[in-house]
Amino acid sequence: MRDVAVIGVGITKFGELWDKSLRDLTVEAGLKAIQDAGISSDDIDALYGGNMSSGLFVNQEHIAAMIAEATGLTEKHIPATRVEDACASGGVALRHGYMSVASGIHDIVVVGGVEKMTDVSPSLATDALATAGDQEWEAFFGMTFPGLYAMIARRHMHEYGTTKEQLAKVAVKNHHNGSMNPNAHFQNEISIEEALSATMIAEPLGLFDCSPISDGAATLILCPLERAKEFTDKPVKIVASAQASDTIALHSRNDICRMDATIAAANLAYKQANLRPKDIDLAEVHDCFTITEIVAIEDLGFVKKGDGGKAAEEGLTQIDGKMPVNPSGGLKAKGHPVGATGVAQAVEVVTQLRGEAGKRQVKDAEIGMTHNVGGSGATCAVHIFEVV
Amino acid sequence: MAVSRFWREIPQRYNLEGNQCTICGRKYFPPKHICDSCRRESIGKMKKVKLSGKGRIYSYTVIHTGSSMFNLQTPYIMAIVELNEGPRITGQIVDCETNDVKIGMPVESVFRKIGEDGKNGTIYYGYKFRLVK
Repeated sequence: MRDVAVIGVGITKFGELWDKSLRDLTVEAGLKAIQDAGISSDDIDALYGGNMSSGLFVNQEHIAAMIAEATGLTEKHIPATRVEDACASGGVALRHGYMSVASGIHDIVVVGGVEKMTDVSPSLATDALATAGDQEWEAFFGMTFPGLYAMIARRHMHEYGTTKEQLAKVAVKNHHNGSMNPNAHFQNEISIEEALSATMIAEPLGLFDCSPISDGAATLILCPLERAKEFTDKPVKIVASAQASDTIALHSRNDICRMDATIAAANLAYKQANLRPKDIDLAEVHDCFTITEIVAIEDLGFVKKGDGGKAAEEGLTQIDGKMPVNPSGGLKAKGHPVGATGVAQAVEVVTQLRGEAGKRQVKDAEIGMTHNVGGSGATCAVHIFEVV
Repeated sequence: MAVSRFWREIPQRYNLEGNQCTICGRKYFPPKHICDSCRRESIGKMKKVKLSGKGRIYSYTVIHTGSSMFNLQTPYIMAIVELNEGPRITGQIVDCETNDVKIGMPVESVFRKIGEDGKNGTIYYGYKFRLVK
């Protein structure tokens, strides 16, 4: 196995981008990453594209070849592969890109992620997102995606005394971080009172507990670490790439207050990198809902099970806190174009480790983690990155 | 949903038919081909079992933004019910107010219309749950 480095990153603005198509978004993020890496398209050996549901969102499947074509790679005839694991599609695409470089099969690989979600009505988008859960035994009976996480929140409140105020603190923090991210879907601060008085979506989760429906794309360029210096002075090494699975339906889990896929992937990642939770300087975790960030920081080992709400309340996870979480604004404020999210998290961590995150820069960041969840926890991808 | 897919699920949706591993005794709903604990040992050794529909609320939510088929029913209560036989199951809680429900409350299944496949399509039936007073 070879060491793998990230040598280029690119990201579009996230948001309701009515003037941009899925094709436009992938080209924009892709070209930015290629420029950032200083490679030419002749150097590229393969492409992996994370995308959850272009079929339901824009009626187009088979988009990996389409992306390769749109980014000018047609005549190279490179292998282009779409990767789908619901909201974890981006993180899993990164893992496939990583494996193809680590194994020696490819040298320079493009990992992209994209979702174009606002071409359909919010109700159809809700239907599409519900396909990440169990269609026949959850959605069929009226369950929605926010509903699943609402049940996690309700149980977490029941078992650990987590409060709605603690959930709101996650949203307030992530909006604050997003206000410093020029690519974020939401760049406005919100108050605790605003978060608590928001329209209910699925009780106890209100509008500000939910990540938005966003358009966006993100891209990474990977290469073997030994070649990274040819292209950049600031390569970032991928020191762990792990993935795990669990039951598709939430009701089949032993304990819905934890995600066993996260725990399994994190344990594997810590082992690969020979690191412990306290070694991580910052993490981009999957906060599709505020409760998800609370459960994630527990499962990743940053705090004890049940202490996630308290950690949010006490500011542990702020940019200047002991364990900065989601400095980008997270899915909550940066936005959640589902297939792009896992790649966008990696773009943020690489940007932070290069020291190029501007106002939201985490001080002395040398080791960063990404945590990307599919569905209500049926897939999880965890990556750890380190400054070389 | 195509008619054949609807038919296939009638035993589970109408009669709460699950199955059981005859090696370790663990019960499943919906039925599984292979037991999670006994794995290949359980091949061909899973037997049908009808579940009572009685259980307790493990967690719940009140949905205010529904999917397209359920949007006219909002707000409605959804729950994970832990059946007395062990398996957990997702269903709507009906015949009560949205603030009546609490974790741990006993419930029983009732046979109800779930939805329909457009104006001229199949009507879907299945289980919902109500509180046991």
